[in-house]
Amino acid sequence: MSLRIVVTVKYVPDATGDRHFADDLTVDRDDVDGLLSELDEYAVEQALQISENSDDDVEITVLTVGPEDAKDALRKALSMGADKAIHVEDDDLHGTDAIGTSLVLAKAIEKAGYDLVISGMASTDGTMGVVPALLAERLGVPQVTLLSEVSVEDGTVKGRRDGDAASEQLEASLPAVVSVTDQSGEARYPSFKGIMAAKKKPVEAWDLSDLDLEAEEVGLEGSYTVVDSAAERPARTAGTIVKDEGEGGKQLAEFLASQKFI
Amino acid sequence: MAEVLVYVDHVDGAVRKPTLELLTLARRVGEPVAVALGAGAADTAAVLGEHGAVKVLTHDAAEYADYLVVPKVDALQAAVAAVSPAAVLVPSSAEGKEIAARLALRLGSGIITDAVDLESGDEGPVATQSVFAASFTTKSRVSKGTPVITVKPNSAAVEAAPANPAVEALEVSFSAQATGTKVTARTPRESTGRPELTEAAIVVSGGRGVNGADNFAIIEALADSLGAAVGASRAAVDAGWYPHTNQVGQTGKSVSPQLYIANGISGAIQHRAGMQTSKTIVAVNKDAEAPIFDLVDYGVVGDLFDVVPALTEEIKARKG
Ligand SMILES: Cc1cc2nc3c(=O)[nH]c(=O)nc-3n(C[C@H](O)[C@H](O)[C@H](O)COP(=O)(O)OP(=O)(O)OC[C@H]3O[C@@H](n4cnc5c(N)ncnc54)[C@H](O)[C@@H]3O)c2cc1C
Ligand SMILES: Cc1cc2nc3c(=O)[nH]c(=O)nc-3n(C[C@H](O)[C@H](O)[C@H](O)COP(=O)(O)OP(=O)(O)OC[C@H]3O[C@@H](n4cnc5c(N)ncnc54)[C@H](O)[C@@H]3O)c2cc1C
Repeated sequence: MSLRIVVTVKYVPDATGDRHFADDLTVDRDDVDGLLSELDEYAVEQALQISENSDDDVEITVLTVGPEDAKDALRKALSMGADKAIHVEDDDLHGTDAIGTSLVLAKAIEKAGYDLVISGMASTDGTMGVVPALLAERLGVPQVTLLSEVSVEDGTVKGRRDGDAASEQLEASLPAVVSVTDQSGEARYPSFKGIMAAKKKPVEAWDLSDLDLEAEEVGLEGSYTVVDSAAERPARTAGTIVKDEGEGGKQLAEFLASQKFI
Repeated sequence: MAEVLVYVDHVDGAVRKPTLELLTLARRVGEPVAVALGAGAADTAAVLGEHGAVKVLTHDAAEYADYLVVPKVDALQAAVAAVSPAAVLVPSSAEGKEIAARLALRLGSGIITDAVDLESGDEGPVATQSVFAASFTTKSRVSKGTPVITVKPNSAAVEAAPANPAVEALEVSFSAQATGTKVTARTPRESTGRPELTEAAIVVSGGRGVNGADNFAIIEALADSLGAAVGASRAAVDAGWYPHTNQVGQTGKSVSPQLYIANGISGAIQHRAGMQTSKTIVAVNKDAEAPIFDLVDYGVVGDLFDVVPALTEEIKARKG
């Protein structure tokens, strides 16, 4: 038996950098370093663990839709241990929204061939947390999302989803789309050997025509949403800061009372 | 006047506060029609009516509890077909966002998630989003199809607006995908008796500085003196001192209370992402250079083990 896993990984601007918008109100990628979204490392990690715990012949493909530099995200995932990579890149993709991104990803996943798709819980830039559900809808396969525990056995994926009101045990047959949270287990660091091996692993480059997609279906033009404005939030006005010299608790209570919280 | 569909988040008929906030926002755009699904759905009508719902569509079936997400998407799609609304509003819970996304795709519509405000506009509802860890505010619109928008808790006030809603049974036929993901077991969360973290007016949080699970008792004591919910940083959660359900931040809950009190929390960007839109922010931290002090309205540089118990005592004394 073989098991083909596709892990979707996003290349994002570093959250600790000075993130902002470009003139066309898309994310400015020039002034901030990019990296593999930290939350997608958990998806790569779970794919590797499923592979390590399986008697099947498992092949892990990492897939990204993003600009030229997004290759860095693929390299990182390959150095963690994934087998091969697909990079969907096309100038016409600039400004694609969630609906459009899910279209491109679904086409690429179908073309690559899959039994299991593993995504992160959310990207660290858009933070919508919707792409895995959209992929399941597009591919017409079960959605087994936001798992803090996941296992695959005999063509069935099982996992635990910790929701607001309850913790649920979920089960579905493959093929399926899974997303995993940052509670699913620390992601490994690439080893030196892994980094060297990654340099020799194949990275396929696909553009829109490889996926039978037209430019009008994606990008700012094909977008289902419009951003009208983006404004930097005014810095909070500097607050009062006191040093505790025995009265700090009282002073704080005084402030809370003045604001009518007590 | 155009109708606006509001997806009702309820537990066995008890409507959660974010849904009532959605009704306030929905009334700015049109006449709210509520959709309540699952056990207790019909029991939601009275409270929804008090807050402006002109119609409540209900449906109960075992599928809603036994299978993940898709049955609810099928039902909302049926409601959209029945009502032809001007927009669909869904609370921004993890599940709410997934339901909304799949619905949008089926409708050929765009989706906006995590709106913090909503106004009507010439080209449809305009959503305000707070992005990049709340350092930017954007205004956006859905430009194709029926707008599907998810809204964060505490984005609007709950307002009484008595209506006399018609309660109608919604006809739903489940799709082939509906039974794809089975819920084989469910363990409800134990109630702490404290307010729900995302809905609370006041949140008191502890971080690595709290230095141990037992020490969280002093954070809880402060919270209880104020009738507040308890939050925690990821450092405190990862150390096993407090449950993950209480984590505030990018991969935990996003909160926007009237008052947020951070104790022994440095203020990392991922923590700020979950609390920066709080109205008033207070911090206790022994490091005067901690980035959390850049956000505060009032900060105390000091040892939380001195300041927090003293504060709790003072609050109790003042409240008598
Ligand atoms: C601040 C901000 C706000 C936005 N708001 C909206 C909005 O309201 N509506 C809208 O339609 N679009 C919005 N977008 C655009 C949207 O973020 C992108 O289209 C994005 O590709 C999909 O959404 P996400 O990053 O939030 O993904 P999420 O749904 O959070 O991502 C979940 C998982 O999907 C996978 N994934 C997501 N994107 C990719 C990718 N490009 N390549 C490979 N895997 C991927 C990853 O595994 C990821 O962990 C916004 C973007 C930004 C920066
Ligand atoms: C992808 C990703 C997602 C993340 N998501 C989240 C998230 O959702 N939520 C979150 O919180 N973090 C998140 N993090 C982690 C985040 O980057 C920080 O590591 C974390 O917030 C630090 O927690 P802390 O402030 O409690 O600890 P620290 O940064 O260690 O700060 C502890 C603070 O306590 C103070 N202190 C110590 N002792 C005392 C005392 N006795 N009295 C007073 N003050 C004292 C110290 O001066 C210090 O400022 C995420 C990180 C990543 C990469």
